Amino acid sequence: MSSILQWLRRGNGFIWFSGAMLSCCLLMIAGLVGFIAAKGLGIFWPAPLVQVQGPAGPVLGEITGFESALGAEPAKVQFRVGNRDLYGQDFRWLKTVELSGRGEPRDAVLVERLENGAFVGRIAKLSKDGSTLAAGADSVGAVLKSLPAATALQARIRKIEKNSVGDLNQRLEACRLRRKGLEAANDTAGFLALDQQEQSLKAKYEELQTQLDQLRKEAKAFTVTLQTVEGQTKEIPLSAVVRVVLPNDLGFLGKVGLYCSRMWEFVADNPRESNTEGGIFPAIFGTVMMVLIMSVMVVPLGIITALFLREYAKDGFLVRAVRVAVNNLAGVPSIVFGVFGLGFFVYTLGGSIDRLFFAEQLPTPTFGTGGILWASLTLALLTVPVVVVATEEALAAVPRNQREASLALGATKWQTIWNVVLPGAAPGILTGLILAMSRGAGEVAPLMLTGVVKLAPAMPLDGSFPFLHLDRKFMHLGFHIYDVGFQSPNSEAAKPMVFMTSLLLLVVVVALNLFALKLRRNLRSRLGGSTF
Amino acid sequence: MERPEALAKPDPVDSAGYAGASAKLSDLPLTDASVLTSPTMLTVENLNLFYGKKQALFNIDLKVAKNTVMAFIGPSGCGKSTLLRCLNRMNDLIDDVTIEGSVRIGGSNIYEPGVDVISLRKRTGMVFQKSNPFPKSIYENVAYGLRIQGVRDHQILDEAVETSLHSAGLWDEVKDRLKESALGMSGGQQQRLCIARALAVNPEVLLMDEPCSALDPIATSRIEELIFELKKKFTIVIVTHNMQQAARASDFTAFFWLGKLVEVELTEKMFTNPRERTTEDYITGRFG
Repeated sequence: MSSILQWLRRGNGFIWFSGAMLSCCLLMIAGLVGFIAAKGLGIFWPAPLVQVQGPAGPVLGEITGFESALGAEPAKVQFRVGNRDLYGQDFRWLKTVELSGRGEPRDAVLVERLENGAFVGRIAKLSKDGSTLAAGADSVGAVLKSLPAATALQARIRKIEKNSVGDLNQRLEACRLRRKGLEAANDTAGFLALDQQEQSLKAKYEELQTQLDQLRKEAKAFTVTLQTVEGQTKEIPLSAVVRVVLPNDLGFLGKVGLYCSRMWEFVADNPRESNTEGGIFPAIFGTVMMVLIMSVMVVPLGIITALFLREYAKDGFLVRAVRVAVNNLAGVPSIVFGVFGLGFFVYTLGGSIDRLFFAEQLPTPTFGTGGILWASLTLALLTVPVVVVATEEALAAVPRNQREASLALGATKWQTIWNVVLPGAAPGILTGLILAMSRGAGEVAPLMLTGVVKLAPAMPLDGSFPFLHLDRKFMHLGFHIYDVGFQSPNSEAAKPMVFMTSLLLLVVVVALNLFALKLRRNLRSRLGGSTF
Repeated sequence: MERPEALAKPDPVDSAGYAGASAKLSDLPLTDASVLTSPTMLTVENLNLFYGKKQALFNIDLKVAKNTVMAFIGPSGCGKSTLLRCLNRMNDLIDDVTIEGSVRIGGSNIYEPGVDVISLRKRTGMVFQKSNPFPKSIYENVAYGLRIQGVRDHQILDEAVETSLHSAGLWDEVKDRLKESALGMSGGQQQRLCIARALAVNPEVLLMDEPCSALDPIATSRIEELIFELKKKFTIVIVTHNMQQAARASDFTAFFWLGKLVEVELTEKMFTNPRERTTEDYITGRFG
C-alpha cells in the first residue's frame, strides 16, 4: 500500500496518466482518418457481379449491403443492379430466403456510362451505322478495342465545346457590350468596325458548329447494344461509354489497374450526373484556390493589426478591449460571417463595383453576386483572429536584446520591426497562417452564402483573359460533401463519394499545411536556430 | 587586489578634477600621460532619473575624456547600467522613465527637445551584456547599421565590414565564412561580432554594458586587449562587475553606490588609494 502511495507521490502515476491521454488522442485521430479512408478508398475496388435467381426472375449486381433478420423481418441483401434508365433505381433489396442459384458469370459486364449511371448485364453486339460488326461472345473484345478511339473523339468534342466555342462566346459577348457603349456615344465608324468583327466571329462560330456536327455524327456511328440479365436491351452510342469492366474476369493486376484508373478519374475529372459520378477536380481546385486567395488577404491584415497592437499601441484599456474583441471574433459562428459577407461584400461592395465599372452588363451582376473573391474575403475575416493572436505571440517572443541592438545602431522603430522583429517572428506568423488555412479550408457555411455552387461552369483560373476570374463562382470540397451526400437525388449511390471526398479534403488540408510547414522550416534554417 | 609596491604609499593629491593637471603623473607609473590632457568628450551634469516615483540616479556629474576608457563599477542595482543607457537614450524605450539634467556629447545636450535620437545613436555605439547578434549572416550583422542608413554600394559595405571585423579582431577567424549565420559562432566571437557591428557605423563613443560577463577568461582577455586598441579611435564607457577588469582595461573609474556617484578617479589611483571609505570597502571586497 505504502509503495503505491510512494509511486503516486513520485509522480510516476502522472507520467502514465498523461501518456494514456496522449495515446487516447492519437487513437481518436488515427481512428477518424482510418475510418474515413477505409470507407472511402474501398469504393473504387471492383466488386464481383453476382447473379442469383430471385422471385421475379434473375438478378445481377454487386452486393452492397446486408441486413440480418430482425423479429418478423427476414434477412435481406442489397444489390446494386444499376440500369437506372430501365429499372428506375440503382439498388434493390431482396430477401435471402427467396434467392437461389448464386453464381458469378465471367461474361457479366459493368458499363460505366456518361448518363444514367452504370449498366449491369452483358454486351450483345457492336454496330456501326446500323450494321453489326460483332455479336455475342466476340462483341466484348470488339467493344474494348474500339472504345479508346471513341473516348478520344468524345474528348476532342468536349475540348472544342469548352475552349474554342467558349472563347468565341466570350468575344461575342464583349462585342455586344461594346455595342451598348457605342450606342451611348453614337459612334457610327465604330459600329461599322464592330459589325465587321461580329460578322467574322459569327462565321467562325458557324465553321466550328459544322465541325462539331461532323464530329458528333462520327461519334454516334458506333453503337453498342447492351442486354440486361432478364433480356431487356438498350442501344447506346459507344462514345457515351466511359469504361467497360468485366469484374468477374479480372485478375488481381487488372483490378489494381482499374482501381488506379478510377482513382485518377475521381481526382482529375469533372463531375457527371449531378456530381454523383465522375471526378471532383473543380472542387479540389476551387478549395485550393480559395484558401490561397484567403491566405494572401489574411496575412497582411493580420500581421499589420498585430503589429499595431503589440508594437505601437500603448498598453491601455482600449488595446486590451480590442484584443479581447479580436479573440472573441474567433468564436463567432461562421454562418454569421457568411451573412455579413453576403450583406456587405456581395450586395454593398459588389453592387457598387458593378454600378461603377460593369454598368453595361447590368442587370446581370458581375461582382454583385457570390464569387471566389467574396468567399475568400469572408473567410479571411473569419480567420484573421487566428493570425493576429499567433503574430502577437511571435512578436512578443522576439528577444528584447535584438530590438535594442538594432535601435542602438540608430535604426528607427519601423526599421527595427522590418529588419529584425518581423524576420524573427516569421516562423510564428506562419504557424498562425497554418492554423488559419486549416480553419478556412474546412468552412462551408459562410461559403454557401458567398459564392460556392453545386456545379461551376468555369474555373476561377483558366486560359482566357484575364486568367484569374475573381468574380466567378466556384466549387468547394466541403460543400461538395454536403451536396453529394445529402442533397443529391441519388444519395444512396453517392454515399461512398462522401467518404472519398472527405478523405480528399483532408489530403488537401494536409498538403497545404505541409507546404506552409516547409516554408517555415526553410525560414527557420535561414534564421539559424530560432526558438519557435 | 594586488597592488604594485611603488603605489602602496598614500597619494597626497586630491584629484577632484581628475582630467585636469592636479594628478601627479610621477606617482602613477602605469597611467598614460595623454589621458590627462585629452579634451572632454562626454559630460553628464546634475542627472536625476526616476522609474515612476522611485529615484534611481541622484545628481550625477561626470566627465569622460576623449580617447579614454571610463569604467563604471559598483554593486548590482546601483544605477551604473541605467546611467550608461542614459548616454544613448536607450531609457526612452522604457515607459514611465523621467530624466532631469543634461548629457553633453561633443558639446550638445542630447536631452534637449528636438534632438534626433536616431542620429544620436549612430554616434554612440553600444555593446550589450549578452551578445545579441541578429539571426542573419556574419556579413549582414556587421553591415546592418550601414544598411539601415541607406548604404547600398557593395564596395562601401564590403570595406566597412572588413575594417570593422579587423578592428574587432575577428577578421582572420571569419573571413572565409562571412555568409554563414552569426549564431553558429562561439560566445566570445559573437560578442566581438557585436563590437564590430557597433564599430561599423563609426561612432564617437562606444558604450559597453558588462561585455564580458558571459565569457570565459580567454575570451574576456581578448575583449580587454581589444578595448585597449579601440580607445585609440573611440571614447569608451564600460560597465563592469569585474574589479580586475576595471583595473586592467580602464583609464578612469567611477564608483556608484545606491544611485549616487561616490567617486570618480584615475583608475590606478582609485585602486591604490581611494578617497572614500565605501569605495575602498567595495574594491577590497568587503561588501558588494
